[in-house]
Amino acid sequence: MNSILSIHTVRFIALVIVQVLILNHINFLGYINPYIYILFIALFPVKNNRVTLILLSFLLGLTIDMFMDTGGIHAGASVLIAYARPVILKFSFGTVYEHQSVKFNTVDFGSKLTYFTLLTVLHHFVLFTLEIFSVSKVILIFQKTLFSSIFTILLSVVVTIIFSRKPK
Amino acid sequence: MQQIINFIIRNKNFLLFLLLFGFSLLFTIQSHSYHKSKFINSANFLTGGVYNSLNNISNYLDLKAQNKLLTEENKRLRILLSNSAIQADSVFLDSITFNKLYRFHTANVIKNSYALNNNVLTINRGKNDSIHQDFGVISSKGIIGIVDKTSANYATVISILNTTSNISAQLKKSNHFGTLTWDGKSPEYNQLIDIPKIAPVSKGDTIITSGRSSIFPKGIPIGVVEDYKLDLAENYYEINVKLFNDMTSVEHVYIIENADKEEIQNLLSNN
Repeated sequence: MNSILSIHTVRFIALVIVQVLILNHINFLGYINPYIYILFIALFPVKNNRVTLILLSFLLGLTIDMFMDTGGIHAGASVLIAYARPVILKFSFGTVYEHQSVKFNTVDFGSKLTYFTLLTVLHHFVLFTLEIFSVSKVILIFQKTLFSSIFTILLSVVVTIIFSRKPK
Repeated sequence: MQQIINFIIRNKNFLLFLLLFGFSLLFTIQSHSYHKSKFINSANFLTGGVYNSLNNISNYLDLKAQNKLLTEENKRLRILLSNSAIQADSVFLDSITFNKLYRFHTANVIKNSYALNNNVLTINRGKNDSIHQDFGVISSKGIIGIVDKTSANYATVISILNTTSNISAQLKKSNHFGTLTWDGKSPEYNQLIDIPKIAPVSKGDTIITSGRSSIFPKGIPIGVVEDYKLDLAENYYEINVKLFNDMTSVEHVYIIENADKEEIQNLLSNN
């Protein structure tokens, strides 16, 4: 239990640091940034308490908001995907999730990609809606969601491949 | 009573989600309105400290370009100094009554952003350096923004690349003034609105601050007119201003303090 706790603490801090110090300054083509801190929410153990995850996601989002001076947009988007995660898990993993035996190291690549994609697109859509906060700029919201999602999904997949432990 | 408690326990996930999402919305809405009290900002001990230590390292990468900027500014100020008529005619007999209207403080930008809709910078000066809300911030080339939140050692600056920013600006060649805003599109351009139709606008005109607020003195350069058109009501010009400043790369900035600000504000609030 203790080692799991410390792994998640380290992951939390590492993702926040990488996000605010490196990834927020990429600004590819002017405005496209990946937001891979949501990996923390995506890779949180399935069996754990939902309340814990929702609270932690709020904390994670708020930390990012504090660094970026963005009010509460990251907190809102993170809380939403933390709440919606069981539905997305069920959709992408199907029966494996029903048996409560999802391990992110062992599931097949296709369903993992679906899972990341759904989570990322939902997060980014809420994020940019809250950021831009205007119905008249709806095209800009979709544009930002699309491009940033592609970037985030690519990076998340690469990061999970690099850091995955070989199944024994 | 029992049923209410049961309901809460059954729906605790959803209720917690609603509560936290509500908090996020509240913070978001507060951050969209100017100067509303909010405590989620990057001018605190933790975030300021992290950005400051990163800035200590990354400073070295940009030294050459920043040095060049500063020498250019020195040159400009030297020309101004040697060509001005100040030496001859202004002698202050009583040095006690003489007090400078504007005081300048230097600062370094430790966090900059330009890709969001509401961009905020963080600088490494705060209350301990007597920096307070509503001080103007400029660089050697032009305006940067206005100080918003301050902590002991850090302050946040609402950039001119912020859709909530409104700064009084005017044409250099005539005194027609309007409001400088940003449409959230390109970090190279700002929009100057509410310039009356009668004003003689042409492409390439210089735009400066108007000095009509107590924040910026008159004559701080902003940019040049790129193109202009009449607004929907056809009474005012909407001018696209190309900024002198490269807002994507700012390092050394000056904070302007207006010594008479309190007096001006008291006068205005009495009316």
